Amino acid sequence: MIEIPPIDWSVVLQLCIIFGGATALLMADLFIPEVRRRVTGYLALAVLAAAAIAGVAPWGCRGHTFSGTIQIDSFSLVLNWIFMLGAAITIVLSFDYLPRHGINRGEYYVMILFAVGGMMLLAQGADLVVLFLGLELLSITLYALAGFAYPRTTSEEAAMKYLLIGAFATGFLVFGIALVYGATGATNLAQIGAVLAEGRIDGENRIYLMAGAAMTVIGLGYKISLVPFHMWTPDVYEGSPTPITAFMSVAGKAAAFAGMTRFLLTALETQREIWVPILAALAAITIVVGNLGALTQQNVKRMLAYSSIGQAGYILLGPLAASERGTEAMLYYLLAYTLTNLAAFGVLIALEARGEAAWNLSDLGGLWQRSPGLAIAMAIAMLSLAGVPPTAGFVAKFAVFTAAWQAGQAVLVFIGVIVSAIAAFYYLRVVAQIFMSEPTREVEISSDRVLAFGIGLSVIAIVLIGVLPARLLNLI
Amino acid sequence: MELIVFAVTAVIAIIGAVAMVASKNAVHSALFLLLNFGAIAVLYLLLRAPFLFATQLIIYAGAIIVLFLFVVMLLGAERHEDNRDRLAWQRPVALVMAGLLLAEVAYVVVALPAQAPVTTDEGFGAPEVIAEQLFTTFLLPFQVTAFIILAAIVGVVVLHMQEKRQV
Amino acid sequence: MTWLDIVILIVKCIVLTLAATTMFAYFTLFERRLLARLQNRVGPNRAGAIPLPGGQRILGGWLQPAADAVKLFFKEDVVPVMADKWVYIMAPGFAVIPALIIWVAIPLGYWPDGAGGNLLQLAEIDVAILYLLAVTSVGVYGIAIAGWASNNKYSMLGGIRATAQVISYELALGLAVLGVVMQAQSFRTDTIVDAQTTLWYIVPQFLGFVIFLVASTAEVVRAPFDLVEAEQELVGGYNTEYGSMKFALFFMSEYIKLIAMNAIAVTLFLGGWKVPGLQTLADAVTASFGANIGNAVFGLTSLGAFLLKVTVLSFVSVWVRATLPRVRYDQLMDLGWKVLLPLALINVALTAIVNVILPDNIWISGIVLFVLGLATLIGATILSRPKYTSSQVTMVKNNARS
Repeated sequence: MIEIPPIDWSVVLQLCIIFGGATALLMADLFIPEVRRRVTGYLALAVLAAAAIAGVAPWGCRGHTFSGTIQIDSFSLVLNWIFMLGAAITIVLSFDYLPRHGINRGEYYVMILFAVGGMMLLAQGADLVVLFLGLELLSITLYALAGFAYPRTTSEEAAMKYLLIGAFATGFLVFGIALVYGATGATNLAQIGAVLAEGRIDGENRIYLMAGAAMTVIGLGYKISLVPFHMWTPDVYEGSPTPITAFMSVAGKAAAFAGMTRFLLTALETQREIWVPILAALAAITIVVGNLGALTQQNVKRMLAYSSIGQAGYILLGPLAASERGTEAMLYYLLAYTLTNLAAFGVLIALEARGEAAWNLSDLGGLWQRSPGLAIAMAIAMLSLAGVPPTAGFVAKFAVFTAAWQAGQAVLVFIGVIVSAIAAFYYLRVVAQIFMSEPTREVEISSDRVLAFGIGLSVIAIVLIGVLPARLLNLI
Repeated sequence: MELIVFAVTAVIAIIGAVAMVASKNAVHSALFLLLNFGAIAVLYLLLRAPFLFATQLIIYAGAIIVLFLFVVMLLGAERHEDNRDRLAWQRPVALVMAGLLLAEVAYVVVALPAQAPVTTDEGFGAPEVIAEQLFTTFLLPFQVTAFIILAAIVGVVVLHMQEKRQV
Repeated sequence: MTWLDIVILIVKCIVLTLAATTMFAYFTLFERRLLARLQNRVGPNRAGAIPLPGGQRILGGWLQPAADAVKLFFKEDVVPVMADKWVYIMAPGFAVIPALIIWVAIPLGYWPDGAGGNLLQLAEIDVAILYLLAVTSVGVYGIAIAGWASNNKYSMLGGIRATAQVISYELALGLAVLGVVMQAQSFRTDTIVDAQTTLWYIVPQFLGFVIFLVASTAEVVRAPFDLVEAEQELVGGYNTEYGSMKFALFFMSEYIKLIAMNAIAVTLFLGGWKVPGLQTLADAVTASFGANIGNAVFGLTSLGAFLLKVTVLSFVSVWVRATLPRVRYDQLMDLGWKVLLPLALINVALTAIVNVILPDNIWISGIVLFVLGLATLIGATILSRPKYTSSQVTMVKNNARS
């Protein structure tokens, strides 16, 4: 007989709620008629809320279970909340979008819950196998969600590209994990860290370890869309249903960052002098290429895609600092970025009528006259992305720059600041378009209350975090 | 004795892999891949991992390649292969890269001191040992796999149903 | 391992192959005679008959398989011009090899060789059950690539149908076998047979046995699941373009696979070579004639018992073929995915639960499982009854009127 080791359920309570809720919802959805589809969405929100509340009790505790493959600490709890917040706002943004585009299916919400489960595994995983499975769960749900607007061929193209590139990235990740295991004899992050700290790894094992670590980072880099692994991002973001684009750009990225931070800071802590310069170079080219790519875009969705590549570069500064402060800065940046991007995409969703998409920059022209609320929301989101005070984006950029500066990455901070200034150009171009241009054509604007509520909530949060950053920084 | 079997199987595996890439016809490629997988299964057996041997045959040879063949046959893809290579410049680059990789492997094998082969006890790859690992150390990943498969199934069914509704 | 051992092994393999092919030959005769009887005909009753004094003839037809073989040998061997030649020639080999190698892991009986081994089982492997499943699933290649290589639309359809069918039923088959593996807690066929000394697994695994029988029939694409070669629609399916010995190889692989499936069913569910009183008989013979003779008697009796059980199951196969009409393609898929697969999963769950709750007494747990399995089966039968909705009927009427 095999004795199953004792399990500390409090560590995996949130995961259990999400997975159990998703499975129950999948079946409950069968009994909900199509006209009442929103009920499924509300139930999904309830599941997210329950999981979020379940995260309050273990706050401040550290623990691990399932033979040390999964752990809980403040880092993972904060990330879990960010994921759930992102998922909740995405669901709210989708209520009106799905029926308008004829893709009103209950599985949509279930898939989002599964994706959240995958992300939480990435945040809580303490074993390379768990990180890999979390990433796979997240990716597989996102492949399906990207193709959800199937009748539109661009959605199909997005799903296809994402699947092929994602499968390729998975190959890197698995091979990398195998090599790391081969070199160290462990998949557990803490064990790998311990083996490396002893310094017993030399000769060919060292080559295997380096190759494996590099491949693992490449595999995660695809998901984060670090340059040069970013080629898929604009096409996939453009083709996917807009709420899913928002979800992918924030929560998916945050989850991959969580996994990468865990891998780098727990397992490869002692090898810092090797990976820091490499990742610093990657962060620099990511910032430059992403923002320069965004400069020339006329399509707002593509512009946001390039902008999200650039933002990934800034976020990477956090783990690069390899300090408590850097990790905090990363979490803060992820939160601010999540809210901001969701608000920006929310405005696009409100402008996107069935069959045609108001993605062109000129379609935003004169938004101020047509819908002042949406105009203000978009403007604040753009300012936050550009990093203008008093928005969350400013505080976030400030936090990562200070963390990187303290870690001695002066050149990187310098590049970051300069490119931020350049990037402000295209963000502000959108703002200018909204307030100073005349409308070029009639765009139908959604008047859904829930959608407006979702956008409003994010915008208020952006400003609040921007004005009162100390409170939140202390909390983290 | 084992060395002979290993040499023969390894050569077959390499021939299968090379022929798979070189073959113009998709069905032939699939069959060469099958040859390669079969040879790898035998290599697992030589490594005293009978469970891996069986799963390699069941999953790769018995299911995945069959699905490859199924799709290729159903779509008739082998007849419409586009011969124009639009990324022709990548070919020499790929060859150089492959050569570099080969050199690297050769360097690791030749230049570095040979380590003592890993010794394992008799039941290392036995199904019981693997089962025990799955239900103790890797219990959580094992359970998570179920959700991954569920998510994949739901995703495929949803995408398929939408296609149907369009008709 | 010395060279002598290898030679002995090769000889054993050859003997096993010859035995399998002979079984195939006589199974065809068995099937033809039996089908004829079931359809109120006579069947082949001429070749090889021995005339007795007084005009009587006995054993009519016993040379029929040989006559068929000779006939097939002398047919012209044709390769279609547009066929993919190499694949076309390889396909029959692909079909027949899995059918033959599947036999090595089945214990045909128990003949102790004095060194702890068993002369009647060629390979005692740890993962024998997985090996059996692997070889069964590889068996589809022959049909699939034969259908493709023939460059014939009917053949191609046959090949595609075969691929889909085999993949669909593999799942149910594997899960049905899993119940037995859980019961015996081993992947070894010899351990599974030993575990059935007191109680055959057909009792606790009744549900699994039924699923296995249906799924294995589908897995070897035999009537009523023989859509692969449905004569009416597909002319002959994957083997349309094959003639002479190549056709014979396909024919052979199909029947050897069928017998092998029945042999696996006997091993897993019907106690393998075990018969009550076997040990007593062997002990008595050993006491009076010595260990070698005793072992031989044990071996031959167990082999005979095994073959008898296989014959009974083979009779059922023929009976089913004579009774049931061929299913439609959608019915085939529905049965596989919506009935057998859930049932097999239920079987696995039931087996796990009952064996954990009632671990000690095989009789009680066996009977509880039997009752539960039977109840599930009856429930499934009631639930999956064909439903003729009134709307369907009216539609036909409306069409007829207009």
